[in-house]
Amino acid sequence: MKKNRLWMIAGLVAIAGAITLLAAGGLSENMVFFLTPTELQAKGSEIYGAPMRLGGQVKPESVDYDVESGHLKFVMIEDAVEIAVESTGAPPAMFRDGIGVVVEGTYGEDHVFRSTNVMVKHSNEYAPPAEGEEAKETYKSLLESS
Amino acid sequence: MLSALGYGSVIAALLGAALMAGFGYRAGLSRNGNEFSATIARRAAYFCFFAMCAGMVTMEIALLTRDFSVDYVSRVGSIETPNYYTAISLWSSLDGSILFWGWILAGYAALFAFTRRREISAHVSAGANVESPRGGLVPGLKTTPLVIAVIGTTGLFFFGMLAGPANPFGLVSPAPLNGPGPNPLLQNHPLMGLHPPMLYFGFVGMVVPFAFAIAGLLQGNVEARWLRDSRRWMVGAWAFLTMGIIGGGWWSYEVLGWGGAWAWDPVENASFLPWLTATAFLHSAMVQERRGMLKTWNLSLMIGTYLLTLFGTFLTRSGVIDSVHAFTEGVIGPLFLGFIAFITLGSLALIGWRSNRLHAPGQIESAVSRESAFILNNLLFVGFTFTVLLGTMFPLVIEALQNEKISVGAPYFDMVASPIGLALLFLMGVGPALPWRHASMDQIKRSFKWPVLMGVAAAAAVMAFGMRQFLPILTVSFAAFAMTTIVEEFAKGIDARRRIADRSFFGALSDLFVRNGQRYGGYVVHVGVIVVALAISVSWTWKSEREATLRVGERVAVEDYEVEFVEVWGRQEAQRFVIGATFNTYRDGRFLGEEQPRLNIYNNSEAPIATPAVRSSLTSDLYLTLITFDSENQEHATVRAIVNPGIIWLWIGGMIMGLGALVAIWPRGKSRLRAASEEMISDVATPQPKPAFEPILEPAFVTDEADVT
Repeated sequence: MKKNRLWMIAGLVAIAGAITLLAAGGLSENMVFFLTPTELQAKGSEIYGAPMRLGGQVKPESVDYDVESGHLKFVMIEDAVEIAVESTGAPPAMFRDGIGVVVEGTYGEDHVFRSTNVMVKHSNEYAPPAEGEEAKETYKSLLESS
Repeated sequence: MLSALGYGSVIAALLGAALMAGFGYRAGLSRNGNEFSATIARRAAYFCFFAMCAGMVTMEIALLTRDFSVDYVSRVGSIETPNYYTAISLWSSLDGSILFWGWILAGYAALFAFTRRREISAHVSAGANVESPRGGLVPGLKTTPLVIAVIGTTGLFFFGMLAGPANPFGLVSPAPLNGPGPNPLLQNHPLMGLHPPMLYFGFVGMVVPFAFAIAGLLQGNVEARWLRDSRRWMVGAWAFLTMGIIGGGWWSYEVLGWGGAWAWDPVENASFLPWLTATAFLHSAMVQERRGMLKTWNLSLMIGTYLLTLFGTFLTRSGVIDSVHAFTEGVIGPLFLGFIAFITLGSLALIGWRSNRLHAPGQIESAVSRESAFILNNLLFVGFTFTVLLGTMFPLVIEALQNEKISVGAPYFDMVASPIGLALLFLMGVGPALPWRHASMDQIKRSFKWPVLMGVAAAAAVMAFGMRQFLPILTVSFAAFAMTTIVEEFAKGIDARRRIADRSFFGALSDLFVRNGQRYGGYVVHVGVIVVALAISVSWTWKSEREATLRVGERVAVEDYEVEFVEVWGRQEAQRFVIGATFNTYRDGRFLGEEQPRLNIYNNSEAPIATPAVRSSLTSDLYLTLITFDSENQEHATVRAIVNPGIIWLWIGGMIMGLGALVAIWPRGKSRLRAASEEMISDVATPQPKPAFEPILEPAFVTDEADVT
């Protein structure tokens, strides 16, 4: 009986330990940094290849999207810091010059950010847009322009 | 006018909660019971509920008549929003959802008081705990007023918030002519009317088991009847929570447009955490029922589950997810944290004070037994809770300590959830087949022969079908293993009934549900879990996705589906402007129909809300999202086409789980009720003329026929 109990406790402790190890290991491997271009530059070479999200604005007239190949290139800007971004796939519908975007991916030694996912920034805590910049109007004009 | 009426209702509810607490504690803590106080406490619960109903109705009238002089309406209402979304915008923002929370809380209090309406008068005068002829104490004599008192205490907090910092009824003067409308994401799909109420019923419902825990600690009595009653309420709340979580996944699948149902988002995790601890309790309670062990542990799970519902609400409602520093800007965040701290410390103190009464008479005799399977199950559930909590909180801790924004990606959660989930699935096939106390080698061989064979056969079958990834194969194999155990359990039960009571097959089956709904309802829940596990692994393994830019008339093929671009169009609706693209869809060359994924642009949002078009079938879903379109001459559009095999079984499995829970708590026949309550009465010192109402309709000690074999 005593021995039985001992084995059970040992087993339970082992499982609890395994879960803890799993959690600790998983956490350190899957931390994703959320940076701005300025912070990214400040990090220097230590950040190459690490998964991250980068948030900033689309630099006006930097967007280059090739419909045939699906290659998207643009420059993300924050204050005066610029980061080149490359991605495959069509940009999201609202994507345009000057809009805030978040890209997921990695930053390489060649100083190009390779993105797997481009998202137009909109927060949960939305604020109604100011007069004259309603998305609806922008969209209507898109469809009516033809 | 409405503003004053609504605020008056909240104040009345606050008064009701104070009466519930004051008189409830007075009746419950007095030496000989106090019928007068107990009755007042019970009536206060009704009063509180009526007051909150008045408050809710007032708010709905204000919303639907677009009375923008009411603060909440001026923030979430708009003339253009359709009535359906206006009505459900009650829970689209903070203070409205606290109003809704308060209404449900008062509803639970009233329902509880109602189910015990006869019992108070019958038992309170009988005094303190009474020795039962069966041995042990007859519990519950003063439990009822105490439970009402504890629910009232939590009511003081919520109604206090509504009366103060989260008052939705504030008067806005001058009233604006129109409002911004609810958060666009929350008015984009009709399912929004379904899963938040389910979640709230689940979350708030956890207050009843919590109140039982505190009442049990105050009385120093957590015996058989107390356990059965509190577990019943827990199963009810758990069923709502389960449906709410599955419904939330469904909503996210139909609305968010990325093609999945679960992203380990903090909001999702917040609903999942209390579900995990509640599920742990539903299992460990059986160990206490049968062996008298784990009392402190069970109390901790009941209290912990309630704390996690509060914590989840804090997490999702205080803005703390966006930034650690956001929550101190409002009053709500710190208030919530204070309340959580109060409950935690108070409960710990009570457990410490009563520790001498919580000792277990029994102990685990063998590592291979039903009870040790339950203990392992609990360790896994609590470990699961811990890892999800860690991943959810870690970014906040890092931000607070190092002022760096990070996020913990879904891969972390997948990585920890897969092995723990698989182990639980496996255990689901082991536990029910093991006997209590001790299993002999012979019993083990007999019990597991078929489950093991079926598990191996299933693994071989899916590998022959082309499944190569390790985890999904294991999932299918364990699912078959667990399913066979359940089938065997039913077969044994039916067999026993047919022999003992000479019943037909279906008669015997219905007997199992009627006579031991808790156990066989539980197995139905297990079937639901197996269906969910299979749906996850199949949709994960065989999901395929393609993004394509199509010209008019061009097609793209994904698996056995084909999608053909027809046109892009725009349309003004009352509250939004819709841009849609029409696609013809084909499966195996056969025309299925038109699908129209859209982009909805609301007046109050910067970015469009993509609404996918989903064509469901029992085998697979075709899921189309409009990514972008040619804005100059509408000649091409970019579409993401996802084929999700078997994902519909996720929702079906969830419904089976809910159904099983319903079987487990369904009230059973009147004659049994009478018998049970008469038995109770004869146990009590002074016989009462009226039979005590007993909501639990199972006999006190369930004879477990299947164990007899």
